[in-house]
Amino acid sequence: MTKKQNLLKGIFQENPVFVLILGMCPVLGVTTSLLNALGMGAAFTVVLILSNILISLIRKLIPNDIRIPAYIVVIATLVTIVDMVMNAFTFSLYEELGIFIPLIVVNCVVLGRAEAYASKNGVVDSAIDALGMGLGYTIAIAIVASIREILGSGELLGFNIIPFNLFEPATIFILAPGAFITLGFLLALINVIVAKRNKKTVENK
Amino acid sequence: MNLIILGISSILIQNVILSQFLGICSYIGVSKKSQSAIGMGLAVIFVILTSSLLTFTIDKFILYPNDLIYMRTIVYILVISGVVQFVEMFIKKAAPLIYKMLGIYLPLITTNCAVLGVALTVVAPENKNWGYPEVIVYSLGISIGYTLIIYVFSTMRERLENSDIPEAFKGTPIAFITTGIMAIAFMGFAGLLG
Repeated sequence: MTKKQNLLKGIFQENPVFVLILGMCPVLGVTTSLLNALGMGAAFTVVLILSNILISLIRKLIPNDIRIPAYIVVIATLVTIVDMVMNAFTFSLYEELGIFIPLIVVNCVVLGRAEAYASKNGVVDSAIDALGMGLGYTIAIAIVASIREILGSGELLGFNIIPFNLFEPATIFILAPGAFITLGFLLALINVIVAKRNKKTVENK
Repeated sequence: MNLIILGISSILIQNVILSQFLGICSYIGVSKKSQSAIGMGLAVIFVILTSSLLTFTIDKFILYPNDLIYMRTIVYILVISGVVQFVEMFIKKAAPLIYKMLGIYLPLITTNCAVLGVALTVVAPENKNWGYPEVIVYSLGISIGYTLIIYVFSTMRERLENSDIPEAFKGTPIAFITTGIMAIAFMGFAGLLG
């Protein structure tokens, strides 16, 4: 696998949210506005890249039996650092994201990449893998957040974008039920696209 | 009286799945059969109650007096995985029948964000005047709310299996949409306590 393929697999074929359906709590919880989603995506990507690099560096030192607790301690330390940095420099975003920043510790994607990739591959490859997965995650939650923000408040990043008041914003989309319904329809759309592509490759053969 | 209001509100209004979005992974993963949903629910009630009491005690007597609250995340996740391990060994010895029923769900609970979520909520700045009674009621309420929703949803999902769903919506998409509709119904409870 080339470095480019390694980067792109996290965004498309193995997108953590749309294809693997991992780490769903923040996907539903912080997607009330695009700004929150981008902030969450950035925090998540930083933790993922640093944890993949660190775990890849120490992968030969960790005894096999206690590797999961060791990974969790590494990830929890990184999350604490990110948590404190955000508290100091981006306070309003920190308040908005609230409990979802410390909860990156139990996000299955981070531990999953440590176990499935960083523990078996070199530092550079692990960093690229983490960057791809982080971007894939950020893009996915940005899509969900854009849909919810446009339909729910008629705005995107705080700007009114509905021309001539074509429709009245449906507040339900920025409330809790809207998160589930948006995600359900998006996953169905992904299913349709995947099914079409599979059909095409079968016909080409 | 405040404790009763807190209990009702943590079960129905601030429901852990439908309004706080915690524990979604296990909610989608384990709700295929009602039997396993109940098993997971019982294990979660036990672990949330034990671990939040433990972390609350540690916070009150060790972290807070020594100005170490920035260590919360690390300490809590270690305590939770310790509790899960201990609960697993204890149930295995004391009640092999229950152990057989819960079996694979127990280790999964460590990465259930509802557990860490409750542990962090009970020490959050806005709840700083909470004592043990509030912590017990809140953690019981949240975990009972989790069990209730995962059980109700598993019975719906058993019916969804037999109904005619468009190909693209089969599996997870229809599960999320059903949850959304359930969340709309639960929004009605917000008026319950006025």
